[in-house]
Amino acid sequence: MALEPVKQVTGRAVFIPGADIDTDRIIPARFMKCVTFDGLGEFAFYDVRFNPDTGEKTEHPLNDERFKGASILVAGVNFGCGSSREHAPQSLRKYGFNGIIAESFAEIFFGNSTTLAMPCVIASAADVAKLRDAVEADPALEVTIDVDALKVSTSGGLEFPVTMPDSARDALISGRWDPIQELLDNDQSIEAKARELHYV
Amino acid sequence: MGKSLFQKVWDAHTVGTLADGRTQLFIGTHLIHEVTSPQAFGMLRDLGLKVKFPQRTFATVDHIVPTIDQDAPQDPLAAEMMQALRKNADDFGVTYFDLASGKQGIVHVVGPEQGITQPGTTIACGDSHTATHGAFGAIAFGIGTTQVRDVLASQTLALEALKVRRIEVNGGLRPGVYAKDVILHIIRLLGANGGIGFAYEYAGDVFDRMSMEERMTVCNMSIEGGARCGYVNPDAKTVAYLHGRPYVDMSNFDATAARWLSFASDPDAHYDDIVRINAADIEPTVTWGISPDHGIAISENIPDPAKAATPLAKASIEEALAYMKLPAGTPIKGVKIDVAFIGSCTNGRLSDFREVAKYIQGHKVAPGVKAIVVPGSQIVAIQAEQEGLDKIFTEAGFEWRGAGCSMCLAMNPDKLVGDQLCASSSNRNFKGRQGSPTGRTVLMSPVMVAAAAINGHISDARELFHIEKTAAVA
Repeated sequence: MALEPVKQVTGRAVFIPGADIDTDRIIPARFMKCVTFDGLGEFAFYDVRFNPDTGEKTEHPLNDERFKGASILVAGVNFGCGSSREHAPQSLRKYGFNGIIAESFAEIFFGNSTTLAMPCVIASAADVAKLRDAVEADPALEVTIDVDALKVSTSGGLEFPVTMPDSARDALISGRWDPIQELLDNDQSIEAKARELHYV
Repeated sequence: MGKSLFQKVWDAHTVGTLADGRTQLFIGTHLIHEVTSPQAFGMLRDLGLKVKFPQRTFATVDHIVPTIDQDAPQDPLAAEMMQALRKNADDFGVTYFDLASGKQGIVHVVGPEQGITQPGTTIACGDSHTATHGAFGAIAFGIGTTQVRDVLASQTLALEALKVRRIEVNGGLRPGVYAKDVILHIIRLLGANGGIGFAYEYAGDVFDRMSMEERMTVCNMSIEGGARCGYVNPDAKTVAYLHGRPYVDMSNFDATAARWLSFASDPDAHYDDIVRINAADIEPTVTWGISPDHGIAISENIPDPAKAATPLAKASIEEALAYMKLPAGTPIKGVKIDVAFIGSCTNGRLSDFREVAKYIQGHKVAPGVKAIVVPGSQIVAIQAEQEGLDKIFTEAGFEWRGAGCSMCLAMNPDKLVGDQLCASSSNRNFKGRQGSPTGRTVLMSPVMVAAAAINGHISDARELFHIEKTAAVA
């Protein structure tokens, strides 16, 4: 299956503050009562974007007009922790995000995002803070995540290195981020392994 | 150099290496539920694929099931999800423990109960609490929905191997300290992100002495510590628990048991990290904030941001206390509660209900507190009812419900209202987790939940119930 290689993504960025932003925060459980992923975009970060009592918009960065249309999300440590729900990266993708820069990621979220061709790169706390300051000073800055070269740069001249596991980088830049075809291609080895195991 | 259980199971299930360097790992057992599987079946249909080994996938319905009139959801979306699972199981030939089977329940209670969960196996499920099955010496972890598709279609996943951290807890647990306290203490020490990149191996005499159900409570919350999976090495207790269960092949059980035990970590196994904890340091533990690592002993005060070590820690405490509406620097003991919840894949098993029932007779839930008890499965419910535990709960003022995930994540009608504060035996105290965007969760052991329900405020169960003589883990 030939997929589009994801070598770099570019767009305006928005910083979402806080450590340990969990997938319940990204997509509250009540919005998972669905049998497709369609329509999840509008519910991304719903309970922190809208006042639960009044329904009015809060001061959440995603409600800030200056960051409207941002497609790169910038966050702190352990982003995407908690529930394994793919609904979380699906909702971010459908909201319009194409890439995430954070100090660290929860593993299941990271894997789910890679499979959706949404690169998640890890930056130092100092670099995340610099990027936050830069985009808050000038929300129109173009931010580029270069997956191939493992660096982030802005149209304002800021540049810093980022990391991601080699396998995820390779999967993205070579257009193999959805592994299904390669898994299926190894059918003979799968059959052999199934015969070798002592259970089921 | 010997191998850890993780390495042995990983090696035994490796199909090959993929072009990007990841391992193609065979998933021997696949569990599914109604929330994270419908889109995966949709993808199979779109791609024209079948389920590769239908006998290796087991389905049940748990997240959206009402706990009153289980089979009659008033919510049309819940009804649609139940129907979708029925159709998908039928169309693709997957075993489905539905509501009428008498075997329905939380997927992580059903697997062990049926003997589907076995040592030395790989288990995946679109649910992060799949780590629970590690109590049997399985490598078990949560996956996303696209990966559910991968397992259905190929019985394999593209994965990166984990490092292994051995967490040794030795010594005697003090009376009134439970498996839940042990794992909340570990998460408090190592952090909610401490386990990223690791599998946790729980070892030492505390885990050796634990029952299988207690080990499940510990492994269940590995993910709250950031570890995708956690396990306890299989031993005689593991074998005894599985003996005679429906999905255990009894034809040559001695050989099966010997094979299971052979997966236990070698004495000279390599570990990437080792952490040692003294059991006597663990107290009944409760959370005060919005992350599972926001834990304190019941005797401690709520943290004061003014005393935080770093500006980041200060901001984190402030955010949590603002949400929880709790005063800094004051005792957690005495904080008023509105709701009490005993249940979930962490603490919804028979031994949990037996332990609480030992103490609540003669007590009443405080006026104004709504207290619900939700069995982890229909089988747990029936066993508890046969022992008369349901009567003990209802006489004390608790509501006895039908099986499901219920108020752990509130996808069914069991939800907090407004900023109600819930003493909960579940696993996550995230903002909004229990169904109200402003609802507040305080995690603790089931016995501590019962004490809070009876006193109407967060309490030290050891004082209320005079727990002194007998240790919880004997």
